[in-house]
Parts: sequence; C-alpha cells; structure tokens
Amino acid sequence: MNVPKDLRYTKEHEWIRPKGGEVEVGITEYAQGELGDVIFVDLPPTGTKVAAMRPFGSIDAVKTVSDLFAPVAGEIVAVNTTLKENPALVNQSPYKDGWMVRIKVENPAEVNGLLSADDYEKLLGAHA
Amino acid sequence: MLDTATALKRTPFYPRHMAAGAKMVPFAGHEMPIQYEGILTEHRTVRAGVGVFDVSHMGEIRLRGPGAIAYANRLVTNEVGASLPEGKVVYTPMCLEHGGIVDDLLVYAFGAERYLVVNASNFDKDLAWIRRHAPADVEVIDEHAATAQLAVQGPHSEQVIAALYGDRARALAFYEAYVADDGGSPTIVSRTGYTGEDGFELYMPVARALDAWDRVFAAGASLGIRPIGLGARDTLRLEMGYCLYGNDIDETTNPLEAGIAWTVRLDKSEFIGRDALVKAKEAGLGRRLLGLILEGERIARPGFEVEVQGRRVGTVTSGTMGISIGRPVAMAYLESDAARVGTRVDVVARGQRIPALVAARPMYTNGSVRSPKPRRPQ
Repeated sequence: MNVPKDLRYTKEHEWIRPKGGEVEVGITEYAQGELGDVIFVDLPPTGTKVAAMRPFGSIDAVKTVSDLFAPVAGEIVAVNTTLKENPALVNQSPYKDGWMVRIKVENPAEVNGLLSADDYEKLLGAHA
Repeated sequence: MLDTATALKRTPFYPRHMAAGAKMVPFAGHEMPIQYEGILTEHRTVRAGVGVFDVSHMGEIRLRGPGAIAYANRLVTNEVGASLPEGKVVYTPMCLEHGGIVDDLLVYAFGAERYLVVNASNFDKDLAWIRRHAPADVEVIDEHAATAQLAVQGPHSEQVIAALYGDRARALAFYEAYVADDGGSPTIVSRTGYTGEDGFELYMPVARALDAWDRVFAAGASLGIRPIGLGARDTLRLEMGYCLYGNDIDETTNPLEAGIAWTVRLDKSEFIGRDALVKAKEAGLGRRLLGLILEGERIARPGFEVEVQGRRVGTVTSGTMGISIGRPVAMAYLESDAARVGTRVDVVARGQRIPALVAARPMYTNGSVRSPKPRRPQ
C-alpha cells in the first residue's frame, strides 16, 4: 500500500500535503480501494469555511457514499474542478491528480497534530 | 472480525479469484468477489462482450418423488406444473400465506423432478419452509454444497458456450436448459441470467469447478472474457429493474406491487398465498415498485425518501449508477395515486432534493437479451 512519507494523514483516510500556509487534501490509496469506482465528488465552493473533523463534502462510489472530513479548520481556497468531469482520478491518482481541495489553515499547529505516514501505516496494519 | 471471517464459506473458485486479484467481501455467509478491475469496467465488459460470475453462493434444492411436480406448483406463484416442456426454466416468487415473498427463485423442469435455485441469503429459510410443507411423497434434496455455479453473460456468451457444449447449447432459447454429460460430470447448461444480456448459467459438481472455470476462460480468451464481481452484478441487474431480495422484495412486499404480477398465475391450481394475492388484487394496489432515473450524479441509496411537491410518496429500495444509461438509477415503492411512469419526483438525499423521473422497468432497454435473434438453426 502506497503511503507517501511527505504527507500527513487522518484516521478518516485522508491525506494532507502542507504547502506554506495552505494544505492540499485528498483521500488515500487505501480509501479509494475501499470505496471502489468513484463517480461523483461533492465539494463546496471556494471561500467556504470548514471546521476541523467536520464533514465538508462527500464521495459517491458505485457501492457506497462517504463523507469527507476537513482535517484542519480554515477556508477552502481552491477546488479540483477536474474531478467534476473525471471523478475516476480519485481512483487512478489518489495522491496527485485526485486531490480535492486546498485549505488556508487557520491554526498551523493543527497540521502538526495530524498522523505521520508511520502512524497511518500502523493504522492500516490494524485494519488488515 | 476473525470469527466472522473463519465462518464464511469459500466457493470452489476461490483460488481463481485470488489469482485474478479479486477484492473479496462477506456476502450472505460466503466470501465473494465484489470486484476485480473495477465495477465500471466489469459492467461494460458484460454489456459489450462477455464476463463470468461466480454465483456458487446461490442455493440448489431438488424436489424428487411422485408428488414433486404438484408440490412445486403449490409452493410458487408461477406455473411450474406438468404442462411445462422438458428443460423449461421459470422465474417465480414463493409466497407466505399472507402474500409476502419468502424468496424469488428459478424452477427447472427436469423430467418428474423440479430443481429450485434460490438466493444465498434465504437458503436456510427456504429449505426449512420447503421441508415443512413437503408431502410424504416428495423428497427435498439439498444440493447446495455439492454444486458450483458460473454465470457466463454478455452478447458474446453464446460463442463461448457453443465452443464448449456445441449446437445443443446454441439452440437453447432464453429460459431453457438441459443437462450436459460433460465427461461424466452432469452439468446443467441454462440460458438464463440476471444482467439483461444474453447469457448462460452452468451448474456443475464441485469437483469439476476449477476445470470448468479454466475451460470457459480458454474458450473466451479471444473474445476478451473477464471475471466479473458482485458489484457489477448489482449495477447490471438494477439497470434492468430486476428485483434483489432483501432490497426490493421481502416478506412485507407482495409480487403484485413489486411489478412482477406476470409471475403470479391466479388462474392455475391452488398455491400458498393465492387467497391473499386475490384479495390484494381486488382491493387495488396502494403502491408499486417503479424505476427512477435521477438528474445529476448523486446516487439514491436504500431508505432515501421520494417526494412529489414536498409530500412523501415512497422510499428508495435500490440505487446505483446506471453505467450504461449514463445517469443514476433507482427503484422505489411509490404510492399508486401519486406517481406513475413519467411523474416528476424528488429523491431526498442527505438533505438535498434530487429531481428524478419515474421510469418503466427495465430502465436500460438495449440489452442483447431483448434483441430478436434466431435461436434455432434450420
């Protein structure tokens, strides 16, 4: 299972890529595999304020629907609009082209509180 | 978790699922492949080419003895009596006295016997029900554990099956079957399926299973044959508006409101549930199971409410992406007075209202099973 070392993670199987005062957010390879073929990603418009660990969107896969949780509090400053046309990017390229939103972080300390790659791998080990 | 996993049954095809990289899930007490390459790809493979499902979780029950035919006809609502030609296959509900559905099944007419194929989730219940009502001159034989089943489905399925079983198989009409000798391992070759495409189902002794899998895949190699999981089985059947027991039908629904009234032969001899169904028909149906085609991309899930101008008129029982339709599709029980084919409704999905159109079943109408084609040479 691919768990890039340079990312942070949540127990909800999202990844977080810190970029200055912003973070890019998507779902992990494990998460996309569990969901199966993604057919619709419901994301809020830019400018939306999100609260840490609160749902801010959802992913419809053929078999199931899953909430997206904001890993940190902040404001959505960018949305991956290509997912509207091609939601399969979440399956094909979960860590790159399948990114979902960029959040301007309210409290940078929150990012440090997220799971490291090692922690997340341990969590996945517990699932296996 | 571990206890559940060890209690799950594995079908004889398990090693082939592992080799094909299947994602396995618990389903009706069995460890079954939900997908291999992905539901979208697998669905399209069956619509355009040919795919193979392991459906060994389905349960086989044989009725034998002097009273077998009459008893089968008393158990189910459709006609499965002595008038059936040899090898005829009949889709039918089996009802409770009050008209609710115990299960939906296939009944095969083989000589003086009737061979029943029931849902995995209902197998134990069905077997108990059938044994409880059986007269002394009928033997009820559980053949589930001894039988493996493959469904070969898609417009190219006939080429695969004919390569293995020859002209006899090619000549089968839809819903006809025969027992092939298959090198001393009797195999039922049945032109049936749950996909809306032309297709065949093969029932074989467990010892023969892996060999049969390999022969089917070898025969279909040049046609791009692929294994297909239960995920695509659901998207394929739902586009066709076929009922799934436990979602669309159960003991609280009757076959008339479920839109399968053609399987209820009130004009035949006495059967369990007949009186209740006659009354239900006379009283008029308060609700009907209809198709929905949704706008947008969101999928309706079981339990979502359906509204007409803000008033609740029903509940979704099944929903998925209609992969070959290009829109999400669903089935829902809708109040007969409030909604019919063509009515505009809203599906309430997690707080949002999704506009939808009530549609006739099947919602997908381009399947090869419906296209007229010559079945019999000469």
